[in-house]
Amino acid sequence: MIVSQLKPLQEILGYLQGERKVFLVGCKGCAEVCHTGDEAQVLDMKNKLEQEGKAVTGYCVVDFLCDKALVKIRLLAHQDEIQAADSLLVMTCGIGVQAVAAVVDKLVHPAANTVNMGGSRGEWRGSERCRECGDCVLDLTAGVCPLTACTKGLLNGPCGGAKDGRCEVEPEVRECGWHLIYERLRKLGRLDKMTGLPVLKDYRRMMPPKEIRSTIIWALEQQETKV
Amino acid sequence: MTLREKLSSGKFVVTAEVGPAKGVDTHEFLENVELLKNRVDAINCTDQQSAVMRLGSLAGCYLIKQKGGEPIFQMTCRDRNRIALQSDLLNAYVLGIENVLCLTGDFVTLGDHPDAKPVFDLDSVSLLYAARQLEQGKDLAGKELTGSPKFFLGACVTPGAEPLEPQLLKMERKVKAGAQFFQTQAVYEPKKFETFMKEAKKFGVPVLVGIVLLRSAAMARFMNKNVAGIHVPDELIAEMDKAENKLQKGIEIAARLIKEMKDMCQGVHIMAIGLESKVPAILDAAGL
Repeated sequence: MIVSQLKPLQEILGYLQGERKVFLVGCKGCAEVCHTGDEAQVLDMKNKLEQEGKAVTGYCVVDFLCDKALVKIRLLAHQDEIQAADSLLVMTCGIGVQAVAAVVDKLVHPAANTVNMGGSRGEWRGSERCRECGDCVLDLTAGVCPLTACTKGLLNGPCGGAKDGRCEVEPEVRECGWHLIYERLRKLGRLDKMTGLPVLKDYRRMMPPKEIRSTIIWALEQQETKV
Repeated sequence: MTLREKLSSGKFVVTAEVGPAKGVDTHEFLENVELLKNRVDAINCTDQQSAVMRLGSLAGCYLIKQKGGEPIFQMTCRDRNRIALQSDLLNAYVLGIENVLCLTGDFVTLGDHPDAKPVFDLDSVSLLYAARQLEQGKDLAGKELTGSPKFFLGACVTPGAEPLEPQLLKMERKVKAGAQFFQTQAVYEPKKFETFMKEAKKFGVPVLVGIVLLRSAAMARFMNKNVAGIHVPDELIAEMDKAENKLQKGIEIAARLIKEMKDMCQGVHIMAIGLESKVPAILDAAGL
């Protein structure tokens, strides 16, 4: 299971600054179990955002948001509501956010931090997409993760090592992650996101929180030894 | 005069880089420093260039300083986390080193220890920011310093990148984070550099155009194939091919490029990569 935790509302409102209309996306997979993106959570978020003066154009709770093909089909039914929105708020793990960003030409904001995958890697090559960093930055990078898409995991823009949009480290298999981010932000008219204050990561948050370590994996192992 | 003073006085500035040895024999390094110290305004010391383990940049800069040269301390984020990077910034300051070139660094697999753990806790932008914080008497954790350093902070940009816009966006971010001068990746196309400078001018920071000395046509072809952001045009490669004395031709081309781009920017940064002894000849030929 992929464990996610909702970001504080203030952080989410920060992402939505300057925007009025938003479309919400939830997930019936892991995010339902974690109570970050099940239908009740999505409706709760809808209420909170409306209280803050935002208009929610619609919402969709997909069975498995990490399944990119499924996401595309499900969101198609909400095309008009999505078109009417300034952006989408995705209430799941980082893979779900990236899957939505990959199929929709709108800015996508993460509503949660992915803290630990607890074994599962998602349906869409999760291990290469989300590093469970516990401090999701996909809002700044148009839904392309700089930790996994950039060889160096750079947070503040491309290095000088890209050629024809490919990373010099493994050009045959790797695109330059920051080239992808740049292309998407350019298309969305949000290149301003590439010139903000320096982003520094809190690497403590990459460690699974103690509660999770000692409940999911650790506790299971303890169970086994007791049996 | 320091590099900062020279650039602010509007003088056209010349810098050149030297690379320390892989080992502790500093003989050649010191010879190069001796040769360059009165010929250029500042000397960059590379930081384990191309991710190859060697004598470090901080020790190299200290030696340059001891010899009476003005060092530029190149720092990459590949090998040290934020604790070590900030500490080395403080170390540099107490050793009398003011100029720091903040770089992200080549990836480890490109070097001679491909099995090393890549760090990249910070990057060029956040390293500039860290240096700025230290100047203001605080570290990245917000803790107070006893005595704060003062730096002249530099950064790198690739004028030949395609597309160019991401480089300019990052340049803007570097200026906002604290960059006070730029030394560029090697440029062989003055026209492209002119286009770049038209955009880069708006940041109001001095730019030193990068020149890498060509030693053969094969080297040019190798860079075109393998080094991102460097493009040697076919005419220059043909010129190198035809030349009898390749090195002489390389010096001539470098001098010509400097002359063509001199009026577009505030200085030149020469990377001779092992042929530091030829830098004076390039400068002579360029009339500098």
